[in-house]
Amino acid sequence: MNWELLLHQVLAGLATGGIYACIALAVVMIYQAIDHLNFAQGEMAMFSTFIAWQLMNWGCPYWVAFVLTIAISFVGGLAIERIVFKPIHDAPILSHIVVFIALFSILNSSAGWIWDYTIKDFPTPFGTRSLIGNGLISAHDGGMIGVTLVLLALLYLFFRHTRIGLAMRAAAANPESARLAGIRVGWMVALGWGMAAAIGAVAGMLIAPVVFLEPNMMIGILLYGFAAAVVGGLTSPGGAVIGGFAVGVIENVAGTFIPYFGRELKLTIALVLIVAVLLVKPSGLFGRSVVSRV
Amino acid sequence: MEATPAAIEATGAATPSVVRLPPAQAVIGGITLARWRQLAIIACVIVALVIPFVVKNFFIFQLTLALVYALAILGLNLLTGFNGQFSLGHSAFYAIGAYTAAIMMDHWDVAYYWTLPVAGVVCLISGFLFGLPALRLEGIYLALATFALAIAAPQILKFSPLEHWTGGVQGIVVIKPDAPFGLPLSSDQWIYFFTLAVAAVLYVCAVNLVNSRTGRAMKAIRDNAIAAGAMGVNVSLYKSLTFGVSALYTGIAGALGAVVAGFVAPDSFTFTLSIQLFVGLVVGGVGSIPGTLFGGLFALFAPNVAESVSKGLAGAVYGVILILVIYVMPSGAAGLVRLIVSKLARSAR
Amino acid sequence: MSATLLEAKGLCAYYGATQALFGLDLAVEAGGITTLLGANGAGKTTALRALSGMVRVAGEIRFDGRPIAGRPVEQIVRLGIAHVPQGRGTFVRQTVEENLQIGAMTRHDHTEIATDIDRVYGYFPRLRERRRQQAGTLSGGEQQMLAVGRAMMLRPRLMLLDEPSFGLAPLIVQELFDILRALNREANVSILLVEQNASLALDLADHAYLIETGRLVIKGPSRDIRDDETVRRSYLGY
Repeated sequence: MNWELLLHQVLAGLATGGIYACIALAVVMIYQAIDHLNFAQGEMAMFSTFIAWQLMNWGCPYWVAFVLTIAISFVGGLAIERIVFKPIHDAPILSHIVVFIALFSILNSSAGWIWDYTIKDFPTPFGTRSLIGNGLISAHDGGMIGVTLVLLALLYLFFRHTRIGLAMRAAAANPESARLAGIRVGWMVALGWGMAAAIGAVAGMLIAPVVFLEPNMMIGILLYGFAAAVVGGLTSPGGAVIGGFAVGVIENVAGTFIPYFGRELKLTIALVLIVAVLLVKPSGLFGRSVVSRV
Repeated sequence: MEATPAAIEATGAATPSVVRLPPAQAVIGGITLARWRQLAIIACVIVALVIPFVVKNFFIFQLTLALVYALAILGLNLLTGFNGQFSLGHSAFYAIGAYTAAIMMDHWDVAYYWTLPVAGVVCLISGFLFGLPALRLEGIYLALATFALAIAAPQILKFSPLEHWTGGVQGIVVIKPDAPFGLPLSSDQWIYFFTLAVAAVLYVCAVNLVNSRTGRAMKAIRDNAIAAGAMGVNVSLYKSLTFGVSALYTGIAGALGAVVAGFVAPDSFTFTLSIQLFVGLVVGGVGSIPGTLFGGLFALFAPNVAESVSKGLAGAVYGVILILVIYVMPSGAAGLVRLIVSKLARSAR
Repeated sequence: MSATLLEAKGLCAYYGATQALFGLDLAVEAGGITTLLGANGAGKTTALRALSGMVRVAGEIRFDGRPIAGRPVEQIVRLGIAHVPQGRGTFVRQTVEENLQIGAMTRHDHTEIATDIDRVYGYFPRLRERRRQQAGTLSGGEQQMLAVGRAMMLRPRLMLLDEPSFGLAPLIVQELFDILRALNREANVSILLVEQNASLALDLADHAYLIETGRLVIKGPSRDIRDDETVRRSYLGY
């Protein structure tokens, strides 16, 4: 066993894992608010990142664009829920998923149409100098991981210790009963969409310096983000972040150390491992299983 | 009682917004519903038989492909609509079917019609085997596992040590068959009729399956697995078997697809195909067998229509079409038909 | 004769295209306990769901003189009607105390909310013991108490209770009904109670309605209904 190589791969895995953790957090957020996975989440993040890029192109300083983009994304997420999903809230769940797919298609295609498909540079506020291990973790990677953790802490505080956070959890867990407690469930769902869009925007802006900005930038990442969220447990934001790092590390280590299959099938191996985890722990590593009665 | 986090597992059939079809002896316009159904089937058969003689070859080719998709969607529907299991991995079974057929034709010169049963059996076995571990998973978790399958399939097909069989990234070219016995049909027309015949047989089988004892067990598991188990249904066996049968249908569709398209390549069987099949399933109507025909047509033609509206914004147009379709028929085409029929039957009363 | 708090006239309710209530007339007096009786499928639950806006209705509903038919659930709740649903509507993943706080979500008087939580614990000491526990782990009886407690947190003027005795041991039912009586007297909460257990409900209530397949059959003071042999035999089965 080559320990140094292993360490390198683990560090590199943590760096890419930071990306997955970020998007997994957004995935879990919306899952908490609306009780399903949003296939269009990655495209929403991509679109937000393009908005930030456009603002900076018009001369906004980084942090102004950053904050503006989060605000715009929040309103955008809210609007999507109110305009697209509210009219079909009675429709079967599988129909909702089709609408997610529609949203995916619309956002991807319009981003390509507005900003074209050429790869664009996106700036980082943290710089690119090496932080650990000779460039394996750069200052940007460190900053990204830091922001993800801060976001996680903020979300924890919001959901555990604010009344509106409790109202959102109640609305997601048992909408009918929440309505009987006077909670405006429709608005709670919309709020969840807004927050998920805002978190997605942060994730997109942090990821873009690494993977470059283009309309398809999020597709691969979202897959890993989903996987991370599911492995960590969809009910647990913390689990999602850990899942993100785990997926990043597994992907890198498997790619290097499993002979023969490793390089070409690293995505497959990562996914197979995830499925294996699910077989052992069907509600994810940190998810709470809920007993259902008949 | 609160629902489990597995929200996706619920199928359209379980939701209250679904309208039930009135009984077969209900009357609309002086004709019973059972009779209307017969008339509709006869009309469809006549149209299906006449259409290849009045349209261009390319359109025949597209119709054939739509039929192939419908068959694949039927496979998915047996799983989702009638057994309540969810799959994003059916592109993989489609690929297995297609490659089985292509390899048999390319390496061993097997006639195309013999490849179908083999592809079916191969997929039945792989589906059943995949269904065994999938027993432990539900809803979103099952979605992720099947999704992994969809992602893995093209990668494995490209995998270099297998290149001798799969042709790697290039795939395999298959020679399109001509009409046999000197029939005065073009190759496209012949393949169309061949596909139509295969599809007809498989649809009849599906209808019989769904209405059989086995079908009732499948549906009982969908509606309440625990209660079904308590009534003596072997839940594990039926769930994995349904997975197998579902894969069999989709695999035969894949084999037909290989013959129709004339080639197979890894990138034709990506996750996008799974999504296409899924959209077709929902748009046609989850749990409706005739709905899958509409689903097949939609899966093939909606992207084409979108492209003809705007090349640059084709994806956006497609998305808008999808949203509008769901607005108009939240339970798919089958749900809309049920709604109209039940309204008509009521007003006739 | 005291004032009428809730009044329904010609109330009809629909599930999709199916009609489940056919012109029900119903009234709850301010400060009173009224019970709605009937066999399985008579439309009792539907009547409560109609009153709190959870199903599509036709006809007139007045709460404190204000028309409320057709208004969304959240608005009706905010007027002071607490509905304790069948199945108790527990938030299983949240703690007992969080469940109570959810009940107070429409209010903004933070100190009074804390007092009210204490008051609920006063009525149901067992909930205080389990305040940090996930509500899903409570027993059926405790969950029913939690549901009533959650409804109390709204400071309602009217409480709609849907079969609170369902699935509970007789002793617990007795305890629960004592607390309901106390609530009615001490907190001046009017109650509309739906029950299968007719004898119990008639003991508690001062007025009773008996419905069958969505239509009113008999109404009157509980005492009269309890004492009427024929009604008891043919409708209440005891």
